[in-house]
Amino acid sequence: MSGLSLVILVIGLALIGWLAGRMRAAAFRRGSTRRFSSQPVHHGWFVALWTVGPPLVFLAIWALTSPALVTDAVLANPAASQLPPPGFDRASILSEARSLAQGRSYGAFHELARTLAPVYAAAQSRFDWIASGIALLLAFAGGAFTFTRVGPGFAARTQVERVVMILLLTASLIAILTTMGIVASLLWEAGRFFRIVPAWEFLFGTHWSPQVISARDPGASLGAVPLFWGTFFIGAVIAMVVAIPFGLMSAIYLTQYARASTRRWIKPTLEMLAGVPTVVYGYFAALTVAPAVRQLGVSIGIADASSESALAAGLVMGIMIIPFVSSMADDSLSAVPAAMRDGSLAMGATSSETIRKVLVPAALPGVVGGVLLAVSRAIGETMIVVMAASGVATLTANPFASTTTVTKQIVDLLTGEAEFDSAKTLAAFALGLTLFVITLLLNIVALTVVKRYREAYE
Amino acid sequence: MTTPKITARNVSVYYGATRAIDDVSIDVTQDEVVAFIGPSGCGKSTFLRTLNRMNDTVPSARVEGEIYLDGEDIYAPSMDVVQLRARVGMVFQKPNPFPKSIYENVAYGPRIHGLTHAKGELDDIVEGSLRRAGLWDEVKDRLTDSGTALSGGQQQRLCIARAIAVDPEVILMDEPCSALDPIATAKIEELIHELKGRYAIVIVTHNMQQAARVSQRTAFFHLGHLVEFGATSDIFTNPRAERTKDYITGRYG
Ligand SMILES: Nc1ncnc2c1ncn2[C@@H]1O[C@H](COP(=O)(O)OP(=O)(O)OP(=O)(O)O)[C@@H](O)[C@H]1O
Ligand SMILES: [Mg+2]
Repeated sequence: MSGLSLVILVIGLALIGWLAGRMRAAAFRRGSTRRFSSQPVHHGWFVALWTVGPPLVFLAIWALTSPALVTDAVLANPAASQLPPPGFDRASILSEARSLAQGRSYGAFHELARTLAPVYAAAQSRFDWIASGIALLLAFAGGAFTFTRVGPGFAARTQVERVVMILLLTASLIAILTTMGIVASLLWEAGRFFRIVPAWEFLFGTHWSPQVISARDPGASLGAVPLFWGTFFIGAVIAMVVAIPFGLMSAIYLTQYARASTRRWIKPTLEMLAGVPTVVYGYFAALTVAPAVRQLGVSIGIADASSESALAAGLVMGIMIIPFVSSMADDSLSAVPAAMRDGSLAMGATSSETIRKVLVPAALPGVVGGVLLAVSRAIGETMIVVMAASGVATLTANPFASTTTVTKQIVDLLTGEAEFDSAKTLAAFALGLTLFVITLLLNIVALTVVKRYREAYE
Repeated sequence: MTTPKITARNVSVYYGATRAIDDVSIDVTQDEVVAFIGPSGCGKSTFLRTLNRMNDTVPSARVEGEIYLDGEDIYAPSMDVVQLRARVGMVFQKPNPFPKSIYENVAYGPRIHGLTHAKGELDDIVEGSLRRAGLWDEVKDRLTDSGTALSGGQQQRLCIARAIAVDPEVILMDEPCSALDPIATAKIEELIHELKGRYAIVIVTHNMQQAARVSQRTAFFHLGHLVEFGATSDIFTNPRAERTKDYITGRYG
């Protein structure tokens, strides 16, 4: 049975359950003067939810486990005895057979795959039937059981409420669980890396050239300090030198000087900038800003000014972050009570004195929190540096020299063909983990600061 | 009678198209305390804020009529609002110390107006203002603590110290005790008694007894009109207008 018809059948059952539950509830209400906790429609929903829920849960679990079951069934077939021992070849034959069986491909590279394909198809359809049967049975059982519970004393309304709550909880858990899964895999792969390269060599080594890794001492060319420095230099120094003053000043203008009508169009426009795809900023950086920066460098006498300079990437990244800083600063400034501003104005302070001496200091914790969030964003930003920064890791504070970043290196390490468990590719995971830990810490600090600040004015 | 410090002539205030104050004329002399009373929303704060042009900060507000400070039209184009507000200080309903140290709160005004040239001079002003505000003994050992860490009553006295640090001629107070307990209120009232004579004081209050205790003259506002203005003792014992009588006997408000 196809997945679609199964779904239609289950929904059909649920609809019947809904109608039946409603009718039954309506029947016992008729002629009664009692007040019931639940309306017929609640009973209907209760039955319907219990018809749909159990098969859904079952199918979700089934989707995770059935491929293994199918493969086991195939391996039990005599034809499978010719398979090579577990390893790369065996896996590729099996996956080819699976593609053939599912009609996703028509030619096969391995002869054996063609023999195994029908076996695969048979096993697959057998398990599909079993699954459909169980799902329908569950749907029916759930519906029937709950239908028998519909009665005057049954609080279907609270039950429905509980199911809704569970649904919402699941929805929020899925995002969390997925993230935890990603982190777990990151930890796992990084762990494999650190078995090859000692952590201190990676974290404190100052030489990075993954193109030439000696088999004897892979750590010697995998010292990530130049990457950390480049990331910090571009994301936390150059970008912030651009983003903080402009973001703060635009927020001050918007909250203190702009008339409501001006604010009404400037604020959304600024926020729209935050929605520009980073790849657009990326080619702006690579094609427009980088050559200009190089020109500038050469003209002021820096002969080795690079066309992949830290300055170009940092400048554009800063521009990208301006709306973010501006909106965080805007929130913080707006949160400063108007009484504070009035108090200063009533002392005879001018607007700009009030802003400099009262409002900005009062909003400072919020602004600092916002800047930390912006930094954490900037150092995780990938597209701009992939397009505009250099691939060569140099440890330099010259903004016109080429510099690379952690994100840029992760991309370089994982694109290009390399075996999946060489020190080179595994290094990408170690870099990813480091970046993750740093941004996580930054976010925690920033959010605590912002939260403290909000509480101060409540 | 002495010449008035403040003279308001036929003042009307509009928020957009609605009129919040209608044709009010009043005068305040240098050595008296004037109380504004009246039901909520009658325009007391609005009128008070015209006296130091704080209504300029409300974009929709518009003021008609004339207001003179020592015979000088404060709404004249040549008037320097910054100077005006240094001469006419204000204390708000809710204590609003700046999130700075106690010392810096009081030093704020002298600093922005450049009143001092040496650090010692500033120290003297801060101490003198805190003393006159009756706060010095409570805070002299913690001048570097944040002003927001004080109790509500202390914060309000800090705001008064802040206002008198620039040595104004008039102090406007908008319900300065409404957020305070009776003891803190008594302290502020005592303080008003001490400040009287040195500054002309205008105080908005919802508390009839307070008006009777601290003021020499009282103005009763109703729906944007000045209904009655006269000696406090007359207003409370022998009001001329029916509406005043209803209000002070608690018929409404
Ligand atoms: N910023 C403003 N914009 C528009 N209308 C305002 C504004 N401020 C006050 N008003 C209106 O002006 C009128 C007078 O308000 P005001 O605050 O002066 O009253 P009040 O006598 O001080 O009242 P309360 O005793 O409650 O403080 C009210 O009707 C009020 O709604
Ligand atoms: Mg008021």
